[in-house]
Amino acid sequence: MDANLHLDAPGRNGTAHVRHLTRRFGPADARPVLDALDLDIQPGEFVALLGASGSGKTTLLRTLAGLDPVPEDAVVALPRPVAVAFQQPLLLPWKSVWRNVALGLPEDARGDARARAEAALAEVGLSHRLDAWPATLSGGEAQRVALARALVREPGLLLLDEPFAALDALTRLRMHALVLDLWARHRPATLLVTHDVDEAVALADRVLVLAGGRIVLDLPNDAARPRRRDTASFAAMRDRLLDRLGVREHAA
Amino acid sequence: MSPLLLVLAWQAASTLGLLSPRTLASPLQILLTGWGLLASGELPWHLAVSLGRVAAGLLIGLSVGAGLALIAGLSRLGEDVVDAPVQMLRTLPFLALVPLFILWFGIGETPKIALVALGTAFPIYLNLFAGIRGVEPKLAEMGRVFGLDRRGLLRHVVLPGALPSALVGLRYSLGVAWLSLVVAEQVNASAGIGYLINDARDFLRTDVIMVGLVLYALLGLLADGLVRVLECRLLAWRPAFVRS
Repeated sequence: MDANLHLDAPGRNGTAHVRHLTRRFGPADARPVLDALDLDIQPGEFVALLGASGSGKTTLLRTLAGLDPVPEDAVVALPRPVAVAFQQPLLLPWKSVWRNVALGLPEDARGDARARAEAALAEVGLSHRLDAWPATLSGGEAQRVALARALVREPGLLLLDEPFAALDALTRLRMHALVLDLWARHRPATLLVTHDVDEAVALADRVLVLAGGRIVLDLPNDAARPRRRDTASFAAMRDRLLDRLGVREHAA
Repeated sequence: MSPLLLVLAWQAASTLGLLSPRTLASPLQILLTGWGLLASGELPWHLAVSLGRVAAGLLIGLSVGAGLALIAGLSRLGEDVVDAPVQMLRTLPFLALVPLFILWFGIGETPKIALVALGTAFPIYLNLFAGIRGVEPKLAEMGRVFGLDRRGLLRHVVLPGALPSALVGLRYSLGVAWLSLVVAEQVNASAGIGYLINDARDFLRTDVIMVGLVLYALLGLLADGLVRVLECRLLAWRPAFVRS
């Protein structure tokens, strides 16, 4: 990654652009959670972010989502709107499925809310659950509704915060295919935060490893999708990433 | 079955003279007296007066209680200002305030309505406050990410999330409302179910007293039923209702 490429043009052309992001909790001399972090995500690029717990993943994501304040000396310029799919679906249980999706619409697009929500739900294969209560959905269905709620915004930047972590293995594989399909159709810049190395290698154009509040590895992956997980290049990339994350599966 | 047997035994005891009408009127007598009071228009009149007191007191009590709960629930400052005094007052048995209320408000309608209002304010306050504070913080974060402002959060997240607790509070408030009414109507009332009972006591009419008591019970049951209907309609999304 050429870190200087976009320094003069934050956010231009829909590039998500983060410079010198430092976050620290507690005393001023405490070890920072994010340490002068730089990050660019090109329009339409799918980036996966790996990191052990405590590496600053969550803090970075919360800052990008606008939930944590941006420090004064940092630059965070993002293509708008930003949409998030969280680890839990976080649907409002008192709103029907389609109203939950409509909640994702920007204020100015609430006029034809029902039609737009229906279209988004059709894309995630839930046309038949429009009027259902969230309490009646399975975990996978609820997470698909959450995806529809994010997509209905037509996001410039889509943040995926371990959205598959709580799903069973089969549902997770189906969700991977669905996310790739939706991403290919809508092409938002996408940041997938995950602790699943296979998931990152299977989905992303670029895999980043976050450690000690900095990005310590940036691996592009231009293999064609869908990616088989049993190829040598897949395994090689996985090993490199695991190695950087401090896990060694077998002697090199 | 057993309640019916009990009533039959009661009637038998009355008929055989084992139970004096001065102690307790027979079920049949109570029924007849009730019918007579209903037909004469006396009962509907007293009922209307009592209902009016409960309605006025509830309206005031629920408004004040809910208003204070919103203030305390939605801001730290509000909690500091409102919650401590309300919690202190709550520990006071509010029925003990009757003498003070008579001194303040006289012996007309005002102290009766005020007592109902005071009693009903606490349950709705406590439950709505707890309900607001119990809303899942992550849902509020989700709302913020998707661009809800303070008003939007209140409307889409906080208030619907607090509604189940608020309805529990409403049910308690209704129960307390009848209780307050019973006590309030002992104080120099010239109309209302309480008056009917007090008046009957002076004439040893246990049948009329029983009619009044049955009426209180029916009203309480009716109020509870109303809240249940409200819950079924407003909380249809809850897993318990969804499954059934």
